[in-house]
Amino acid sequence: MTDMMLDIRNLKVSIPTDRGMLNAVRGVDLQIAEGETLCLVGESGCGKSLTATSIMGLLPRYAKVTSDRFDMAGQDLTTKTDAKLAKLRGRDVAMIFQDPTSALNPTLTIGRQLTEGVMRHENLTRKEADVRAIEMLDRVGIANPAARLTQYPHGFSGGQRQRIMIASALMGRPKLLIADEPTTALDVTIQAQILTLLGQLQADLGLSLLLITHDLGVVAAIANDVAVMYAGRIVERAPAADLFAAPRHPYTKGLLAAIPVPGVTARGSALPAIPGRVPGLIGTMAGCAFRDRCTIAGPECAVDPVPRVSAGGAQFIECAKASEVAA
Amino acid sequence: MLSFISKRLLVALLVCLTVSALSFGLMFVSGDPAIAIAGAGGRAEDAEAIRQAYGFDRPLVVQYLDWIGSALTGNLGQSIYFNVPVTEIIGNRAGVTLALGFISFLVALVVAVPLGVAAALRPNGWIDRLALVIAVSGQAIPSFWLGLMAIVVFGVWYGWVPISGADTWQGYILPVIVLSYYAIPELMRITRSGMIDVLATDYVRAAKAKGLPMHLVISRHALRNAVLPLVSLAAVQLGQLLSGSIVIESVFALNGLGRLAWESLLRSDLPVVQAIILILSLLYVLLTMLADILNAVLDPRLRGGS
Amino acid sequence: MSDVTIETARPSVWRKMRGNTGALIGGTLLAVIILIALLAPLLAPHDPIAQDLSRRLLPPFWHDRAVPEHLLGTDHLGRDYLSRMIYGARVSLGVGLGVILVSGAIGITLGLIAGYFGGWIDMVISFAITTRLSLPIVLVALAAVALGGASLTTLITVLGLLLWDRFAVVTRAAAQSLRHQEFIMGLRSIGASRMRILFLEILPNMRATILVVVSLEVANVILLEAALSFLGLGVRPPTPSWGLMISEGRDNILFDPWLIALPGSALCLLVLAVNLFGDGMRDITGPARK
Repeated sequence: MTDMMLDIRNLKVSIPTDRGMLNAVRGVDLQIAEGETLCLVGESGCGKSLTATSIMGLLPRYAKVTSDRFDMAGQDLTTKTDAKLAKLRGRDVAMIFQDPTSALNPTLTIGRQLTEGVMRHENLTRKEADVRAIEMLDRVGIANPAARLTQYPHGFSGGQRQRIMIASALMGRPKLLIADEPTTALDVTIQAQILTLLGQLQADLGLSLLLITHDLGVVAAIANDVAVMYAGRIVERAPAADLFAAPRHPYTKGLLAAIPVPGVTARGSALPAIPGRVPGLIGTMAGCAFRDRCTIAGPECAVDPVPRVSAGGAQFIECAKASEVAA
Repeated sequence: MLSFISKRLLVALLVCLTVSALSFGLMFVSGDPAIAIAGAGGRAEDAEAIRQAYGFDRPLVVQYLDWIGSALTGNLGQSIYFNVPVTEIIGNRAGVTLALGFISFLVALVVAVPLGVAAALRPNGWIDRLALVIAVSGQAIPSFWLGLMAIVVFGVWYGWVPISGADTWQGYILPVIVLSYYAIPELMRITRSGMIDVLATDYVRAAKAKGLPMHLVISRHALRNAVLPLVSLAAVQLGQLLSGSIVIESVFALNGLGRLAWESLLRSDLPVVQAIILILSLLYVLLTMLADILNAVLDPRLRGGS
Repeated sequence: MSDVTIETARPSVWRKMRGNTGALIGGTLLAVIILIALLAPLLAPHDPIAQDLSRRLLPPFWHDRAVPEHLLGTDHLGRDYLSRMIYGARVSLGVGLGVILVSGAIGITLGLIAGYFGGWIDMVISFAITTRLSLPIVLVALAAVALGGASLTTLITVLGLLLWDRFAVVTRAAAQSLRHQEFIMGLRSIGASRMRILFLEILPNMRATILVVVSLEVANVILLEAALSFLGLGVRPPTPSWGLMISEGRDNILFDPWLIALPGSALCLLVLAVNLFGDGMRDITGPARK
């Protein structure tokens, strides 16, 4: 499908550790269309951040990254040389991070940090880059942008820094923006503002957005499609509305069931938690990683490969018991 | 920025005063300085004469104020042994210590910082392991022993360098190497761990995500932040190199301040000793203040306000 | 998974060196040396200060001219080197321990009080620390010993009065962070006295930190004592201190280099052992380091 902004098949990321090979991402497929927002959801340790980082090519050199197919912004990156990826970074694809305090260099002015990328990529002069920086700052809602270019990050609030980071990422006019937990470190009210901003920018600039989060509230606010990740694999993908209305994979159901709903969940009742723990990812594992905690697991769940049942378009679940869970 | 500097100045001034009092008080550690100066074989009349001549019979506070007062005008007293102004003797010998200290410091920096950075960039690589060996050995080997062994091996067996003295610049080679070997481990450790910390930050990731080439990421983003903890440590190390060179000066027979202090102690020439302690302390205070100012220059967060 | 997980997943040589491996090697080596020091009278073949001028400067066993009764040879006064080396361990460790007790007592008390009470007490003590740091300690120690007398007690006292700074700095920081913890506030709210809290609650919580500082400072003291003895103003002859032995062997360095090679190596080994052990302890008891 060539009109995909991002098309990755069978992404695997492994990291050597003291105790053996840690297979953190065990065969992930991701497709994002132009202008689409895909949220990658999962609990800590499921491999979602690693997936994002590996797309950008920012993993340390001892990490093993492989994929069967890797197309991004119309370029075939399957052979994935660092040089090819480096060319795209900051231009066609950009990334923003979780902690606004540490994502900006405290010893450089924000003007410098905003302009250095595009000055290199597009050979702009300082003045031209400054003009674009002021425009970007204005777009993200920083007041009096021209004067603030010469200020340092510590002179801004957390929410403002996040906006600056977004502006910085968008300077190169990327087609794909990867956001790794962009609102987790912010107050709830600021969170809402940032999400609105992202949605707006996306509409204005025609961005594709891959948003990593563990917060289902964020998903509900901004996602077109949702991909649920567990122990290094995507177990369900569906349009956001469908996912919330009728979750199909047992893990997704468990996640959503644990959310208290005002007026519905009885006061004082225990929230249903998924029993057990996430399995360790050292070495390989046969079959479905969720089977030890799944209420409907059976012997067929221990068999590789776990069947993927499509429900039309990009929607699917990975479950041996798909027929039983079909809504 | 101004209030920051003035506060530091005030503290520095107070420290200098306290140190001067301590240094002055050192004379009285043995009880009666007149007896100490007269020496083991001195007679009571000698001690009395000395007491009168040097004013040891006056109240302590008066003696101190007198000493401080003269010190401020550049008069640090008279050497008992040489009978010339202390400042003159010190002036002759200060050059050696300062040269030794500064050159060793520069050598140490030139070796330690790139080594630390390189070690941080390739953890577990051969440079990292080399750095580990240097750090561990540099902290365990006594400097005077290293100096002596170096003299035997390079001065005697191989004859590459002169065995002692600082008449020619070659005489400085071994002492500088030995002194800097002592200073390198700490400097390198801080550079390495600072660099490792910085390389793991989000802003370095963001710089890479912007597509900046690695050399720019390191020089413009990583180094600027990694050197911050280095500045204060470097000042302390320089201070230690300057004030602790006595051992090396003794091993290599260099006529610096440290050796002068030692000789003066053995000769009970206390005014010289007092003056040297005072000067070295002042140097240290000055260095740490400079380090603070440098820190404020390099780190916008310390300048306060925005 | 964030980058944090990636960093700690990869074992670093520095980490291995310091962590368990380091602590084990260092600890074992240290234990051996301590044992040698304790059992010195049993282990040393001769009296370390007994002179025999007819047997001066005999070389150690690997030389042809060596003599079996003196495995490591003799020094310029005919004293058995092996015995002097063994007793030298006593001096290094003894002075080290003695100084640590004094400086530790001073530094920990000052640091605790400064960190816990804060305010002007903290200002005064911090000022004292800054002043102490400005002093050229080798010189001051030299001067104090030269003027104060040649005994071992003086040496230990002087060094103890000078080397308390790291104890103070570390315990001050630890006390500051502990004092704001909730369990302390809880104790205050039920009426526990400040002294009680200070010594019965806060101090025990710093055990690990203090142990680490002890091991690092011991190495410093050992090297400082060796340097002072080398300069002739530390341990006085005929007591065998490794630093003193290096100084005494200096004149014969050209033909009998073992005279300084042996005690110097011993110093290196001891300091190395202490450093490895201390670093290892710091890794085991502290947050993940690189």
